[in-house]
Amino acid sequence: MINLIRIELFKIFKKVRSYIGFIAIAVLVPVIQIALYLEGENILNFLTQNLRQSFFFVGNFLNGYLIAFIVLGSLMIHIPFLITLVTGDLLAGEATSGTYRMLLTRPVSRTKILTAKFIAGQIYTHSLVLWLAAISMGLGVIIFGVGELIVITDNITIFAKDDILWRFALAYGFGALSMSVVASLSFLFSSLVENSIGPIISTMAIIIVFIIISSINVNFFESIKPYLFTNYMQHWRYFFDDPLDSAEIIKSGIILLGHVVVFFTATLIIFRKKDILS
Amino acid sequence: MNTEKIIEIKNLTKKFKDLTAVNELNLNVYRGDVFGFLGPNGAGKSTTIRMMLSLIAPTSGDIKLFGKSLTANRNEVLGKIGAIVEKPDFYGYLSAYDNLEIFGKISGCNPSRKLIMENLELVGLSKRYKSKVKTFSHGMKQRLGLAQALLHDPDLIVLDEPTTGLDPQGMKDIRDLIIHLSKDRQKTIFLSSHILYEVELVANRMIIINKGTTVVEGYVKDLLNSSELQVTLECDSVDSVAGMLTEQFDGVRIKSVTNEKILFSAGKEAIPQINKLLVEKGINVYSLVPVRSLEEYFLQLTEKEKK
Repeated sequence: MINLIRIELFKIFKKVRSYIGFIAIAVLVPVIQIALYLEGENILNFLTQNLRQSFFFVGNFLNGYLIAFIVLGSLMIHIPFLITLVTGDLLAGEATSGTYRMLLTRPVSRTKILTAKFIAGQIYTHSLVLWLAAISMGLGVIIFGVGELIVITDNITIFAKDDILWRFALAYGFGALSMSVVASLSFLFSSLVENSIGPIISTMAIIIVFIIISSINVNFFESIKPYLFTNYMQHWRYFFDDPLDSAEIIKSGIILLGHVVVFFTATLIIFRKKDILS
Repeated sequence: MNTEKIIEIKNLTKKFKDLTAVNELNLNVYRGDVFGFLGPNGAGKSTTIRMMLSLIAPTSGDIKLFGKSLTANRNEVLGKIGAIVEKPDFYGYLSAYDNLEIFGKISGCNPSRKLIMENLELVGLSKRYKSKVKTFSHGMKQRLGLAQALLHDPDLIVLDEPTTGLDPQGMKDIRDLIIHLSKDRQKTIFLSSHILYEVELVANRMIIINKGTTVVEGYVKDLLNSSELQVTLECDSVDSVAGMLTEQFDGVRIKSVTNEKILFSAGKEAIPQINKLLVEKGINVYSLVPVRSLEEYFLQLTEKEKK
């Protein structure tokens, strides 16, 4: 199995499209950081203007941690697209190029081939999230330095410098789990068609529709929100609550993991029975 | 003759909704055979091969490879098979060497650099081992497909129309390679084709299928030489010649007479006698073309399919 995973990773990282995600992050994140470097102080002053009437602010609030927090929030919507470029191609790409015929006539079970592809896709997904963390945190700290993290949601919470890194580590971990769901969904779609455009568009369409539904505060939508996986993808923010709602985080994590398992199982059932006609 | 069955197919059927692609097909391939699997396009050849290689599931029937059920022993039997199914497609963004290494590893042989290069040398691609496959011509991909099929030293080689799209030299190279694999390396070869001539040149046994069922099966020599010939005669005085032929030769049966041509069936031994008679009678003969009836039948099948 390890040999098969190595082969799949070799194939992934030999494709140009696999580097689009890494390049996009390497370009986008610094662009956001430069914009915040130029305008961030004004934005922060605007957001905290009411507070400043009552409190005296001392220290560097526009720091690498705040930038990483903002980048994480803004890019977790866009990263799925970069992931599906690769994971949506894992199976459909074999059909498009005609290599299914060679691959599936080898003395290896379809289950093993599918599992190796799935694991390779997950490794790619997690490495992309790790790259996002490295660029947004690393570059952010280099440009803006470190300091306390101010998080403005319904409340305003300020975290001490030594109380931040573990929260980011877990938030990125949770983000990676969310992206695993996206990868699994596009992998499922990839098993159904013979062109990788289909899985990319279908996955993104579902994510966009679910996010729109999640953001509309209508009673009917409120009742279906718990069934939308996108609803749980944003729960990485819970790691920046004080106190931490561990039960809610664990519940969200289990639900997302459940989606990964269900999507993978469905793909396996389809793939094992699939007639290779291409 | 070796009686060990390498491929044994019994009552194999594949239905796609209302279409029956393969219908109660039976065939046996023995060790050492170069087995021609013939049929016009759409006859069910590729569907049969795909079922043999577990790419698609049969609707009913049994496939045994090396005496073992394909369903129950899939990985074991596939390990002894090298195959090209239809056109050989590879990962275009990888080199020829990388592609062979990947498929070799998946086949469980973990090929050494020496083995990969030997196989590339065998098919004449050793100088292009670093080139990405997307830069290869169709013929080069076919040859790489053969190298891939041979890499893990399989006992059975399944070739699905391996000369399609090749130039005459490329076709000859593939035929020579098939003969080499059969005679020098004792491989059993299952060769699918829609060209009777191609099968005749390399195969010892063959089957013709049409609409998913067997038309005829047996030794190539027996099937092609035992049957009577369909003869087209182009000459002067066609009406009197037609009458003369029926009067003087018992086995001759006139099928049609047009302005300049007579179409008739006759045994092989009658052809030189007819030729001699026409010369003696001073009749101008423009052509006398005998075609074996099986070949004629096969041509009819393929022509019908084209129309």
